[in-house]
Order: sequence, then structure tokens, then C-alpha cells
Amino acid sequence: MLDKQTIESLEAKATDIRISTISEIAHLGSGHIGGAMSIVEVLTYLYFHEMNIDPSNPKMEGRDRFVCSKGHAGPSVYATLAHKGFFPMDWLKTLNQGGTNLPSHCDMNKTPGVDFTTGSLGQGFSAATGIALGQKIKGEKSYTYVMIGDGESQEGQIWEAAEFASTQKLGNLIAFTDFNRQQLDSYTKDIICMDNIDTRWLGFNWHVQRINGHDYNQISEAIEAAKKVTDRPSMIILDTIKSKGYAPGEGIKANHSMAISHDDEAYAISVLQGGARK
Amino acid sequence: MRDTSDVANMRDAVILAAMDLAAEHPEVVFLESDLAGCSNSTMFQKQYPDRFFNCGIAEANMVGVAAGLSSMGFVPFAHSFGCFATRRAYDQLFLSVGYAKQRVILIGTDAGVTAQLNGGTHMPFEDVGLTRLIPDLIVLDPSDTQSCYELVRQAYESGHSVYIRLRRKGSTHRYALGTKIELGKGIVLNEGKDLSIVATDEAMVNEAVKAVEALKEKGISAGLVDMHTIKPLDTELLEKLSQQTGRILVCENARYAGGIGEAIAAHLAKTCPAKMDFVCVGEEFGEVGKQDYLMKRFNLTCADIVAKAEALAKR
Repeated sequence: MLDKQTIESLEAKATDIRISTISEIAHLGSGHIGGAMSIVEVLTYLYFHEMNIDPSNPKMEGRDRFVCSKGHAGPSVYATLAHKGFFPMDWLKTLNQGGTNLPSHCDMNKTPGVDFTTGSLGQGFSAATGIALGQKIKGEKSYTYVMIGDGESQEGQIWEAAEFASTQKLGNLIAFTDFNRQQLDSYTKDIICMDNIDTRWLGFNWHVQRINGHDYNQISEAIEAAKKVTDRPSMIILDTIKSKGYAPGEGIKANHSMAISHDDEAYAISVLQGGARK
Repeated sequence: MRDTSDVANMRDAVILAAMDLAAEHPEVVFLESDLAGCSNSTMFQKQYPDRFFNCGIAEANMVGVAAGLSSMGFVPFAHSFGCFATRRAYDQLFLSVGYAKQRVILIGTDAGVTAQLNGGTHMPFEDVGLTRLIPDLIVLDPSDTQSCYELVRQAYESGHSVYIRLRRKGSTHRYALGTKIELGKGIVLNEGKDLSIVATDEAMVNEAVKAVEALKEKGISAGLVDMHTIKPLDTELLEKLSQQTGRILVCENARYAGGIGEAIAAHLAKTCPAKMDFVCVGEEFGEVGKQDYLMKRFNLTCADIVAKAEALAKR
């Protein structure tokens, strides 16, 4: 169990990251808000409590790595990295502008702290598997964390990597599925059925847990449990709310990528700061 | 450096290069796609069992894993049949390797008609075009064991990602140890006055060597270059040939669309135009058969080269 002070500190940080993510996208006028907001608790926990990383030395040898295979969640990854001190906060206003270091989808060659380039769904998961294998060959005690989407799990490459990772017994690979039940066109149930996701991963011989992806105690306990399993990779399925914390996007179908006006921004931030919902 | 004059198979030349590099560089690892028995990467596996990973029949994941290993400082070799190494894993090669600036040495066996009895589903004529489209990727199609071995080593030293296509079984020994073999530089096998034949690939250089002799008997003086590096193109030599003979016949065991012939024509069109023709595969898919049959079927034989060379010399 995390102590109350730690949880409060993480919650405050997550609120800052959510506000920055909303402002980042609002500054541009539109962007991938839904899937960026649903993973903020895990990003906050990993970067502010869990991972062995150094913002002043983003390429530090032996560090833990995080691959955001659902690369369109870049905006909240960038907000997290900026708050952690990997680069100045004012970079966030450059999202998707020509010449930016913060492109729509994560790019390891542009953004300090991004460990692998992603965007074509499924590919980051294989790369993370290769990174975890590399850590193992080198004898590092480090971990590779990777975030995939539930929609992304429709890609065949996810399951190619899944069978390889379990065959190689990559106990240092800890994966999360952002199970928000939505994808670009609609709810996953209306596009491709993602039922029995837990047993799919069990069938691939992974260690599987399912938690509330917005609960720090559950995130913490799941990661600790995953670390104790050394002969299999771990999948932590996160039940999440797409667009969590961006009030105008919560509970609607078309929240994958949205136009965000400055009025929307002001309203969403006021709700995050305890204001009333419309 | 290794003398490959006793290497019986082209595939062994590339695996030996990987093994020799692995002996010198601990970061070299090998990924296989359930084709170790075909590539003979079992040699590597026996020597370096902890640096060999069979990824199974999952080429897209293999290339993605290779990219992830590269980001950890490893230099992965990865093998599949040319069709699957490129076509099947193309987005992974394009983005996770190319766009992400990672480094992989990708081996595609059974180049073009050498796929023979595996037939049209396994016959890569389009791998050249696909790999040429990826910025900064080196593309190799060596004509013998020694150039294959040395070019892989040079490609490693270059720091770039590489795609190398070659046949598996059987070999040609054209270059003795000590021959000057340089990545990106064609090897002039014969000087000619009437036209220049530029050939890439073992099968095609072998046919072209015979064609030069046949043309000589017909009173036609044909030069011949082994253009083992498809990308980057040896533009300096090509411009020189264009100036010298004004006629260039390009021979390749691959499609015209996207092939080296198209690359050469495009370069010379803007720098030093020549009269040109092409011995290559047209608007067609592969099919099953022995190599002799397939060479005739796709008009890749010595006789095809001679006929096109004669016509080009008269144009």
C-alpha cells in the first residue's frame, strides 16, 4: 500500500500532467486527447515513483525503459517528460508545429526521454520485446515497461511479440493494456470484439493481472507482483476511461481525436481543479 | 579478412561474415525466422548460442525485435527468405528500423529466380524496389562469395542498415582474396568500346560474363561492370561509362519497376544520358521451376543479353 502522502503527491502530479496535456492540444486546436488522458496515472506512477531514470541523462546506461506503443498518446507522454524535467515546459506549446521536437506520435530521435519511435500500431510492442531481450543479454537488472491499447491489440504483430516474449521468458518485460473499450471509429465491441482479453494473454503464457488503471495502490501492487514473476513477461490490463480528466471528452464515442477550443480548455481545467461539471 | 575460395554456398559467405564480425564485436547478434536450416545460420547458433534467437515464423516481430535490440546498442543480423524479409515485414523495416534510425543487417535469401522450386509465392523480384525506397538503407546483390563476405563486413563498418539478397546453395568464386572490393563502387570486369553492360546479382553477372565473350565473337566490344551495390549507386562510374560508350545495358534478377535499371536510367537522364536497355523481369510474378527454366522464362539468359546488346549497339 502506498502511504497517503505519496498518493496525494502522485494525484497532484497527474492533475498537472492532465492540465498540460489539455493545454498542449488546445494550443494547437485539436489532437489525440482520449487515449492520452486514459494512461496518465500509469505514466505518473512510472516516471515519478517507479522507473530508474535521470532527466539530466536521458540515455543513461542501465536505465529502465518505457515504450508507448500506442504512439498517438504522445501528448501526455510529453507532458509527463516535461514535468519530470527532460525538457523545458514551453516545448509543450510546439506540439505538431513544423520543426517541433514533439511530433504527434512518439519519436526517440526528437524527444529527450522517449525510448522508442512509435506510431504504426503494434510495432512498439515488438521493439519493447527486443529492448527487454537486450537488457537480459546485457545482464541488466532494469525493466522495460510498454503501453499498448486495446484497439492496438487487434494488430497481429502484438501476438507475434507476445509468443516471442513468453518463449524467451522475459520476466523483465512489464506491459500494460489501456483497456478503455474505445477506438477511433467507435466502441471496441462495435468494431472488433476484445472480450476475454485476460485469457488471451494467459493463453500466450503471460502473467496476467487486471486492475483499475486510475488507482495508484492497484498500479503499485500490480507492478510489484509483476516484478516477482521472473520466468514470464507480465501483462497488466488497465480498466480505464478514455479521455479521463478531459470532461468534454468523457463518456462520448468520438473522443479519440478532438478539436479543443480555449473555452473547452478552460472548462476542463476548472473541473480538474475541483470546479463544477456542466 | 577471410579467403572464401573454399566456401561452397553463397549463404555460408554471409553467415561466416556475421560470425567473424561477432568474434570481433560482442554487440553482434543473430535473429532467425525458423529458416536456420535454409540460411545455415545454425553455424552461428553453434558458435554463439547465447547471441542467437529464433523468432519463429513471425517476420514482422523479428524485424521489430531487431530494432529494439539496436536501440540497446546491439547490431542484429536477421534472416528470412527475401519475400518475407522485405514484403512481409515492410512497415517494420520502414518505420521501426529506417524512420527510427535503428540498425539492422537484413539477409534475404533466394534472390529472384534462385527461389526455384519454392515457386512464385517465394520468388522476390520486388525486394529491390521495396528496399530502395527506404532512405539510408544500403542494398547489396553480390555476385560471388568473396564480394559477399567483404561487402557485409564493409556494410557493418558503414554503420548503416543493410539489405543483402543472395541465393542459398551453390556459389561462384570470381574474386580472389586481395581483389579491390569496395561498397558502393562497381567492379569493372571488362572494358568495352561499343556498349557497357552493368549487371548486378550472381546469376546475372555470370550470364553477362558469357555474353561478353559471345558478343566479342560477333565483333561487338562490350564492357562489363559488376554493380554489387544497388544503393548507394556508383554514379561516378555510371557517368563515365555513359561518356565512354553512350550505350548501357542493365541486367538484374529483379523487376524493372523499382530495380537498379530504373535507378541508373533516372540518374543518367539528369546527368549524362545514354541509350539504354534492360534485361530484367517485366510486369510479372514469379513461378515455380528450376533455375535454368526460370532464366529462360523471364528472359534473363546469356542469349537475351546478347540479343539486347546487339540491338543496342546498332541504335
